[in-house]
Amino acid sequence: MTHIAIRHLTKEYGAATILDNVSVELPDHEFCVVLGPSGAGKTTLLRILLSQEAATRGEVLIDGKPIDSEPQPDRGVVFQRYSVFPHKTVLANVMMGPQLAAAPVTGRMWGQKRRALRERALALLDEVGLAAHLDKYPTQLSGGMQQRLAIAQALIMEPKVLLLDEPFGALDQSTKKAMHRLILDLWQKNKMTIVMVTHDIQEAFTLGTRILMVDKRRRDPQAPEAYGSTITEDIRLDPAKKPPLSVVEGEGDGEDAHSMRAIFAQWRARAGDAVISDEVAEGLKAVV
Amino acid sequence: MKRAINYVPSRPSAILLALLPFALVLVIYAIGSEVRLADNPSDKLMPSFGTFADAIDRLAFQENRRTGEYVFWTDTAISLQRIFVGLAISTVLCIVVGIPVGFLPYLRSAFGAFISAFSLIPPLAVLPILFIIFGLGETSKIVLIVFGVAPFLARDVALTVAQIPREQIVKAQTLGASTWQMMTLVVFPQVLPRLFDSLRLSLGATWLFLIAAEAIASEGGLGYRIFLVRRYLSMDVILPYVAWITLLAFLMDYGLVLASRASSRWYHIGRGA
Repeated sequence: MTHIAIRHLTKEYGAATILDNVSVELPDHEFCVVLGPSGAGKTTLLRILLSQEAATRGEVLIDGKPIDSEPQPDRGVVFQRYSVFPHKTVLANVMMGPQLAAAPVTGRMWGQKRRALRERALALLDEVGLAAHLDKYPTQLSGGMQQRLAIAQALIMEPKVLLLDEPFGALDQSTKKAMHRLILDLWQKNKMTIVMVTHDIQEAFTLGTRILMVDKRRRDPQAPEAYGSTITEDIRLDPAKKPPLSVVEGEGDGEDAHSMRAIFAQWRARAGDAVISDEVAEGLKAVV
Repeated sequence: MKRAINYVPSRPSAILLALLPFALVLVIYAIGSEVRLADNPSDKLMPSFGTFADAIDRLAFQENRRTGEYVFWTDTAISLQRIFVGLAISTVLCIVVGIPVGFLPYLRSAFGAFISAFSLIPPLAVLPILFIIFGLGETSKIVLIVFGVAPFLARDVALTVAQIPREQIVKAQTLGASTWQMMTLVVFPQVLPRLFDSLRLSLGATWLFLIAAEAIASEGGLGYRIFLVRRYLSMDVILPYVAWITLLAFLMDYGLVLASRASSRWYHIGRGA
């Protein structure tokens, strides 16, 4: 059970107020999506949850205890980019975390323990669809595959909370949909809390059980930095009543092509009469 | 007529083209030497290839009658030892200093500017100080190399460390990494290939410092020999020595490339190297 409480959180950079008195409670197994316009401070909120930045005032509690002042394994993270280590293979990236705590000097496990960890890592990589790419380096992976790797790398630590900072923002549409399917599966299976920052409203409604809008309540055109953002909308969604994801399932890279075909078929159907049939096209060619 | 940029040589012709300038220089030299020697058989400025062969044979394959040494190989061994010891010390120093200074904010604040300033001191200007402090033996020559190369490398390492994305460092912390583990397992492996590159770039400077130190005060070494025989206008010795130093530098450069590829495969994938 994980309960997150954010109480009267305020963040100021000098004279500029970014977040102003943000309070919210997240019950266990919430999929919380934080929406907001650029510069509203949604990433700042995530960084405070991560302890990458300190709040000016207020506190964050997980299960009643204030979070540590440094990033810790109880809160996993996936950023939009640079979340994985470029000098490690796919398998080594996933196996890294548990070895750090076990071997403080070398960061390397041996023997039986290492084999057990390897099995766990392989199972996780299979789940995220990277089982065929164990010995590749991140630069050899597509953007979507790199994000799958980053997710597996975070999940092997079994964090209470998984923090996602626009994790799918740099991906193309079809890859994005496949990633939505994956993250929902993992969220169901691992029973963790997810806090995700995005500016994609469709994504927010597709994934979230809770949607928070972070925005400024007041604006002073003479001093745009005078007022900070706070939570302006707080919506709960029942995942059981949401329409199912319309994307065909698949694996690895194949799924991209797969869902690409599905989406293409939808668009072709939507285009209706605008699509020129083959016979007409032949006729046009003849005229030219 | 295609644009010049779209004419690409095939592999065999690319190799031939690469050899062409070398052959050209040799031919031009041979002609020039021939012309000068025809004019004045005792000309010392552009000796013939036969004279080179004689000089190399005398220095590399015959014992020196006074010392019983093979001068060419003794010189090479002395110089290479100085270079390797100097570079090894510089490399260790730049890692031990550069990584903590680049990575830990307090050390960066304390020593960042100092290292930058230190690396701008012209090493040759302090050479007399080194001779005064360390004497004229091996120490002063190795110290000159370290003094000339290590601060530059340390500064480069610190800058490379600073370029590692913040996200990676935060991610490492969420995986439970300590500062030591981040330095050894995240930062060091990513600095390594860059360090090989900077070592390659500093090879020229390293040889410069070595030859300068050997020229001023030494009893052996490639640089010493060149400056010794200069008094007798012995171009037949100087030019082969210069070619040999160039070859050694090239081999060291290539060795560093191979070491980088072997130790940091991830870095070279997708770079076509």
